[in-house]
Amino acid sequence: MAKARTQTIGAVRRTFSPWTDPSATPLIRFENVVKSFGAFTAVNHVSLDIYEREFFALLGPSGCGKTTLMRMLAGFEEPTEGRITLAGQDLTGVPPYERPVNMMFQSYALFPHMSVADNIAFGPKQAGMGKGEIAARVEEMLALVKLESFAKRKPHQLSGGQRQRVALARAVANRPKVLLLDEPLGALDKKLREETQFELMDLQQSLGMTFLIVTHDQEEAMTVADRIAVMNHGVLVQVDPPATIYEQPATKYVADFIGDVNIIACKVEGCFGSDLRLATSLTPHPLQVTHSGDQKPGDEVWLAIRPEKMRISLDAPDAAAGNCFEGEIWDIGYLGDLSVYHVELPCGTRIKVSQPNLSRVVERPITWEDKVYVTFTPHAGVVLSR
Amino acid sequence: MALPGSRGIGRRLVIAVPFFWLLLLFVVPFLIVLKISLSQDVIAQPPYTPLLDLSQGWAGLKDFFSQLNFDNYGYVLDWNNEFLNAYGSSLIIAGVSTLLLLLVGYPIAYGMARAPRSIQPTLVMMVILPFWTSFLIRVYAWIGILSQDGLLNQALTALGIIDTPLEILNTDLAVYIGIVYSYLPFMVLPLYSALEKMDGTLLEAAEDLGCPPMKAFWLVTFPLSLPGVAAGALLCFIPAVGEFVIPDLLGGSDTLMIGKSLWTEFTVNRSWTASSAVAVLLLIVLVVPIVIYQNIQARQLEAGK
Amino acid sequence: MNRGPTWFNVTSLVLGFAFLYIPILLLIIYSFNGSRLVTIWGGFSTEWYVALLHDEQLLDAVWVTLRVAALSSLVATVLGTLAAIALTRYGRFTGRSVFSGMTYAPLVMPEVITGLSLLLLFVAIGFERGFWTIMLAHTTFTMCFVAVVVQSRLVTFDRSLEEAALDLGCSPAKTFFIITLPLILPAVISGFMLAFTLSMDDLVIASFTTGPGATTLPMRIYSQVRMGVTPEINAICTVMIGFIAIIVLIASIATKHQETVRRREEQAAAQ
Repeated sequence: MAKARTQTIGAVRRTFSPWTDPSATPLIRFENVVKSFGAFTAVNHVSLDIYEREFFALLGPSGCGKTTLMRMLAGFEEPTEGRITLAGQDLTGVPPYERPVNMMFQSYALFPHMSVADNIAFGPKQAGMGKGEIAARVEEMLALVKLESFAKRKPHQLSGGQRQRVALARAVANRPKVLLLDEPLGALDKKLREETQFELMDLQQSLGMTFLIVTHDQEEAMTVADRIAVMNHGVLVQVDPPATIYEQPATKYVADFIGDVNIIACKVEGCFGSDLRLATSLTPHPLQVTHSGDQKPGDEVWLAIRPEKMRISLDAPDAAAGNCFEGEIWDIGYLGDLSVYHVELPCGTRIKVSQPNLSRVVERPITWEDKVYVTFTPHAGVVLSR
Repeated sequence: MALPGSRGIGRRLVIAVPFFWLLLLFVVPFLIVLKISLSQDVIAQPPYTPLLDLSQGWAGLKDFFSQLNFDNYGYVLDWNNEFLNAYGSSLIIAGVSTLLLLLVGYPIAYGMARAPRSIQPTLVMMVILPFWTSFLIRVYAWIGILSQDGLLNQALTALGIIDTPLEILNTDLAVYIGIVYSYLPFMVLPLYSALEKMDGTLLEAAEDLGCPPMKAFWLVTFPLSLPGVAAGALLCFIPAVGEFVIPDLLGGSDTLMIGKSLWTEFTVNRSWTASSAVAVLLLIVLVVPIVIYQNIQARQLEAGK
Repeated sequence: MNRGPTWFNVTSLVLGFAFLYIPILLLIIYSFNGSRLVTIWGGFSTEWYVALLHDEQLLDAVWVTLRVAALSSLVATVLGTLAAIALTRYGRFTGRSVFSGMTYAPLVMPEVITGLSLLLLFVAIGFERGFWTIMLAHTTFTMCFVAVVVQSRLVTFDRSLEEAALDLGCSPAKTFFIITLPLILPAVISGFMLAFTLSMDDLVIASFTTGPGATTLPMRIYSQVRMGVTPEINAICTVMIGFIAIIVLIASIATKHQETVRRREEQAAAQ
C-alpha cells in the first residue's frame, strides 16, 4: 500500500521545487547564523532558506552542527550571531514555548507519568483550547497514527514503534508551522524504519506541513526529503535535491559521504568543448570525461565515479568502449542483489566496481585473482576541484 | 540554555534562597567562631568581649583589630592542656577506624555486588536499614554488650573461653568497635556502587588472558573500585575525627578525642572563646580532606554517577 | 558484575549482616526483660513499655522531636531541592563553586563544629534559644543531604522531557511543576525521609542550639544513658526502631509493588 502511494507522491514531487522560483518567499530563513560554545564553533555562518511544505533534511556526521542548527530554530539555543526568521518574524529572543514550531525528540521525550491521550493533549492544553476541542484533536491525532485503542496506556506500556508514533502525534497536535524531527527513526529496527519513512512522507503530504528532519542516515534523507543540506564542521557543504546530491556532488566530501565512490586524483591535460582529457597515475592512457566546469589545462582535479557507474568484464573491450582500467580481482563482496568487486590496478591502487547479479546461474563467474577490465563512459564520473 | 526557570527572576530566586540560607547559617557562624576564638573571656552573658561594633564607624573597626587576641590559641596549643594530644589521638583513632572499616566493609560490598541481581536491592536496603535507626541507639546497644557483666563477657565465660571478664567498655577498643559499627553503611555503600558498576566481562577478559582470579582482583577490580574507596574513606574519616558521642559513651576517661575535649571545654569549663579556638584548629586540620571530599562529590554528582 | 555466590562472598555477607543486626536484636530482646538488671534475663515482661507511657518528660521530648523533625525536614526539602536544581540546571553562574562547597561541606562537617558555630550565631544576633533555633539548625544541615539525593536524580533526568514541554508551549515555571517535579518526586520524598530521620537522630547539634524548655528525645536518652543502661531505654529504643522499620517496610513494599506492575505492563507491551 505504501508503495502505491509513493508513486503518486513522486508525481506530485516532480513539480514541487519552490527553491528554483525566484519569486517564492521562504518560510524559514537562517541568515548568517553562528553558534559558538566557548571556543568551539558548532555552526559557522550558515545561511539557508526553507520553503513552505518542503520536506527538508539536514544530513551530516555526528558533531557536524545539524542538531544545533535545529535546536536554534526550536529556541533551545540562541544564535551567537545572525538571525533566524519564520514567516517573516524575527525569532531572536522568542522562547521555545512561544514559537509556532514543534519538535519530535530523538528519545521521543514522552512524559512517563501521563497517558498517551494526555501526552497528545499536552500541546493543545497549553495553547488554551477548550475541553471538547482538545478531545476532538486527540481523537484525530490518534486516528492519524492508528493508535485509537491505546489512548489510556502509559508510554512504558507501548512498543518502540508505537512510542515513536505517539511522539509524532504529540508534535503535530498543535498544527505547528514547522515540525522538527531529530533523528526520529534512530531507535527503530531497519525494517520498521523503512516502513515509517514512507508513513512520514504520507503524513507530511496530508498535513501540508513543513518538515525539517535531522539525520545521519543518508538513505533516510534520500528517501524522505525534497532537499538535503549536507553539513560538515558547522558549515553547509551542499544544499540540493537528493538526486543532485548523489549524481552531482559539489565536493569530494559530499561524494564520499553519500554512497560509495572511487575518487581518482587527476591532472587536466586539455579541454575539447565539453570534454576534458585527464591524466592519472592509474593508467597510461588519458581519460576522456564530459564536464561543464571551468577547468584549465594543468589543474589538479579529482574524478569521482560511483561503483555502479562502471562495467567489469573478463574480456578486453573494444578500443571504442571509452575509458578502461586493467586490473586483478583482489576481493569480492557478495551482497545478494549485487556484487562489489575490489580491483587492484598495477600501480597498487584499488577501485570498487559493483555489478547487479542479474541471473541466478552464470557460466563463468568472475572470481579472485581474475584479470579484468573496468570500463566507463565519459558521462560516468564527476570532476571535482575541491 | 533555555531550561525551566532559566530566565529572569525565577532563576535568581532558585539560586538565591538556598545560597543565602547557607551563607547566613553555615558560613557566617564560622566567621563568628573565628572572631570569638580571637576574643577574651569575660564574666558576662554572652561570656566574651563584643563582636565588631559598626556603629562606631572607623574607630570601631580599629578597635576590632586592636582587640584581636591570640591567647586562646596559646592556651589550646599548650602541651600541658592535652588539646594537642587530643588532636593527635583523634586523627589516629579516625585513621585506624577508617582502615578497619575498609577491611570490614570491602568484603561486604564485594559480596553484595556479586550477589544475584534480583536480591541486590534487598541487600542494599539491609545495609541502609540500621542507618535509619538512631545513631545514639546503635551506640547504646554496644554498652550492654561490651560492659564488664555484659552479654559478650557472659557468652565468652559460658563457652569457657575466658575466666575473668574482659575489660572492653571504657577503652579505646570499644571506641573502635563503636565507630566501625556506626559508620559501616557509609563505607559499604560507596564501595558497593563502585563495584556494582563494574563490567563483569572485564574480569572474564583478565582471566581469559591468563590472569588467575586472585591476581585479577588486585589488577582489575581493586584499582577500578578506588574512587569508591576514596569516597567511603573520607565520608568516614572526616566526621570520625570530630566524633563526640562514641568516645563519650564507649570510651574511658583516658580516651582523648578532640570532639569530646571541645564539648568538655564548652560545657564544663564554660570557656566559649577557648572552645571556638579548638573548633577553628579542628577545621584547619580537616580542611584538606574536606576539600578533596567536596571535589569527589561534585565530580561524581555532576557526571551523573 | 554478577557471577553467582562463592563461599567467600556468602560468608562475608552473613558475618557482615550479623555484625550489623545482632546488637540491635539484643537491644530489642532485652527491652522485654523482666529484671531491672539489664544483663540478666528475668523472664518476659512488657512492664517497661507501660512505664514509658507514664513518663511525662519523655513524652514531652518525643513531641518536641517530632515537631522539630517535621518542620525542619519540610523546609530542608524545599531548600535542598532548590539547591539541587541550581547546581544541576544553571550551568556556570557566579559563585557556583562557593555554592557547591557550602552544599557538600556540611555532609562531613563534624557535628561539634556545626553545633558550636550555630550556637554562637544565635547568641550574637540575640535569638532566643529553644524550639526555633533547633529547627533552623536542623534545616541547615539536613538540606544538604536532600540536595545530594535530589541532585543525583536530576543528573540522570532526561532533559528532553523538559524541552518537549517548553516546545509544546508550556512556560518554564509550569514545566517544573507538571513535568520535572512529578518525575523527581521519589527522590524528593526520600530526601525528606532522610532529613526527617537525621533530625530525629541528632544529639550534638540539638544540645548546642537548644534552650530552656526544648529537650529532644536523643537529648533525653543521652542524659539517661549517662546514668547507665536501663530496660526503659531499651524499650524507648525498641519503639523507635519499630516505628522506623514499619515506615521503611511500607515504603519498600510500595515501590516493589509499583515495579512489579510496571514490569508486567512492559512485558505485555513487548508482546
